[in-house]
Amino acid sequence: MGLPFTSSRLVEAAAYALIALGLNIQWGYGGLFNFGIMGFLMVGGAAVTFISYPVNPEFWGSDGPMMLGRALLAFAGGALIVLAARQSHRIGITGKWKGALTVLAWFCAYILYRSQLDPAAAYIESVGGGWVGGLGAHPVLGWVFGGVLAAGIAYIVGKICLGLRTDYLAIATIGISEIIRALIKNMDWLTRGTLTVSPIPWPTPLPQDYQAGGMDIAGSLIAARAGYLVLALVVLGLVMWLISRAYAGPWGRMMRSIRDNHIAASSMGKNVTARQLEIFVFGSVLMGIGGAMLVSFVQIFDPSSYQPINHTFLIWVMVIVGGAGNNWGALFGAVLLWLIWVVSEPLSKAVFDFVSYWSTNAGWGAIPEIEARSAQMRVFVLGLVITIALRFAPKGLIPEVVRREG
Amino acid sequence: MTEIIFFINQVVISGLVLGCIYALGAIGITLIFGILRFAHFAHSELMTGGAFIAFLLASAFAAWGIVTPIPTGFVVLPIAMVLAAVLALGIDKGFYAPLRKRGAKPVTLLIASIGVTLMIQGLIRLFFGAGSYSFFENEAKEIFRIDTSAIGSTRPLVITEPQVLMILVTLVSVIALHFFLTRSRLGKAMRAMADNADLAQVSGINTALVVRVTWVIAGALACMAGTMLALDVTLKPDLAFNIILPIFAAAIVGGLGQAYGAIAGGLLIGFAETLAVFNWTMLFRPLNAVLPDWLQLPPQLALVPTEYKLTVAFVILVVTLLVRPTGIFKGAST
Repeated sequence: MGLPFTSSRLVEAAAYALIALGLNIQWGYGGLFNFGIMGFLMVGGAAVTFISYPVNPEFWGSDGPMMLGRALLAFAGGALIVLAARQSHRIGITGKWKGALTVLAWFCAYILYRSQLDPAAAYIESVGGGWVGGLGAHPVLGWVFGGVLAAGIAYIVGKICLGLRTDYLAIATIGISEIIRALIKNMDWLTRGTLTVSPIPWPTPLPQDYQAGGMDIAGSLIAARAGYLVLALVVLGLVMWLISRAYAGPWGRMMRSIRDNHIAASSMGKNVTARQLEIFVFGSVLMGIGGAMLVSFVQIFDPSSYQPINHTFLIWVMVIVGGAGNNWGALFGAVLLWLIWVVSEPLSKAVFDFVSYWSTNAGWGAIPEIEARSAQMRVFVLGLVITIALRFAPKGLIPEVVRREG
Repeated sequence: MTEIIFFINQVVISGLVLGCIYALGAIGITLIFGILRFAHFAHSELMTGGAFIAFLLASAFAAWGIVTPIPTGFVVLPIAMVLAAVLALGIDKGFYAPLRKRGAKPVTLLIASIGVTLMIQGLIRLFFGAGSYSFFENEAKEIFRIDTSAIGSTRPLVITEPQVLMILVTLVSVIALHFFLTRSRLGKAMRAMADNADLAQVSGINTALVVRVTWVIAGALACMAGTMLALDVTLKPDLAFNIILPIFAAAIVGGLGQAYGAIAGGLLIGFAETLAVFNWTMLFRPLNAVLPDWLQLPPQLALVPTEYKLTVAFVILVVTLLVRPTGIFKGAST
């Protein structure tokens, strides 16, 4: 434990709070079932490595950029083929023939793109320092880019999926986040894949900088993390202020009316599909920024560390337990659940140690592998918390305040 | 001929095996969705849990010195299925029934099922650690190598004993399920309730019983699928959690609520995955002798790299949802 440990957990809690607010916009305001949070977090993390990691001169000096440019051209060409096939009804190709032509066009576009990208990827991985490297910009710009990139992807995902209802939407978004994970994990030329990127620069002074100024190690850790925490809290406060204002205003009222009865809302002239896409993108921006903050805090981007349990379900539990539809609820839930998630491991270790001591004395022998087992207990505790919460506080600990507007 | 035998080994057999496992899992998901109207995420943990029950029973058999001609995993399967069905009933009673009674939305039940998933996974890891286990520690996995030199192949046709049994067992259970759903009173009641729950209730169908039967069938089939997957590969705590999404994809592609759709979807996804990562050069290699120099086949000619195997299922899922939002067989929705 100790202060350095607590301070870094606080920073992570702030980032998770941002992500939980993003989900609260999507689910609490808009009733959208996004189970692809992990994908947006990964996108944000990859974005921050791309922006803030130092420039890789080996790559820019090689043929890599040109080959990537050709792959980009091939991608554009493929997109043109697909678009052309979709317009084929203009020259009299309709019905099944058009469908077949569209499928064929997708296939050709895919082959065209792969034929250019595969050699480029192999080349970059072999010579250009292994991957494209970053741009060397300030990490906060990376956070912004994480939000922008997540927004772009959310727009595409929303366009594809938002026609679906509840359970179908959940499963489709999980599927898409798994696709994103597979891509980021295996596109070594772009994200370095499982080789991981580190160290990613910090937006605020690092402990080493304080130590150079003559501070002791513990003090420098705390000072550095306090700086980061202040920055994270500023972002969080700004977001909280903005979304609370949006919630209280006409926009929030419209969103809640769409959530509660989208048929009635659309008969009142609200464009339900466009509004839902809007809210999906807004929420995903917060997830992208939160994911970027987490990555730049730990200074390492490791695609293998992303798991649906830690990065999708945990956040859902935060919002459900805290109170969906209430920003303070989501914020409270995020901090509370992050606390539970963090302490459940040492706590279960203590319980195991106690039981082990007792069972050894009773002659039944000690519990083997206590360390590994208590690490697994976190998942169990998470499941327990969510089932208990749904049973006894289905609206959350700080439920949504339902106001009747006259 | 060697190439064709290679194709059969690599695609037909492994696609069929994978498809059978997906289909068995998807039937349970689709039945639960049809009757109870929610996507049951914890199905993966029913599969893993069932596999661990079977593993414990098999270990017990080995400890008692019982030796069987077929792999012990298959011998203990019926007992494990009964236990898994009881487990499924207990989960419903403990976690879903109180929520249903309160009239919770399907979405709440879905989230509750994620909570159950996490709890069971935590418990399995608590007792068994994170390592992997094999059913074949005490006995050898028999591998049949059928000599095909008679038809001019230099490679044998390779299939393992569990794979043969797995395909047979799946076939038998699917036929049994078919007769249950179409001939028995209870099966007809299930189909009626899947069609229209309110109508089924007013026409005097015992809906509580139907719900229980659904859990029993789903739990038993999940146990079967999990055990067979563990017999084919190895048993580990995230055995089924890794494939729950392809299984959902299979259920949705077939149409949620449609038992036959689940079978079709399972086989479709299983074959699509193996076909997508298959290296087609292995099949068309003889053509290299005929083709001109500039048209020689590259050494690797797969549709997607092997790392993206699981992605195939999601792409099929997303495309299906776009083109036919309720699946091939027109499934139900919440």
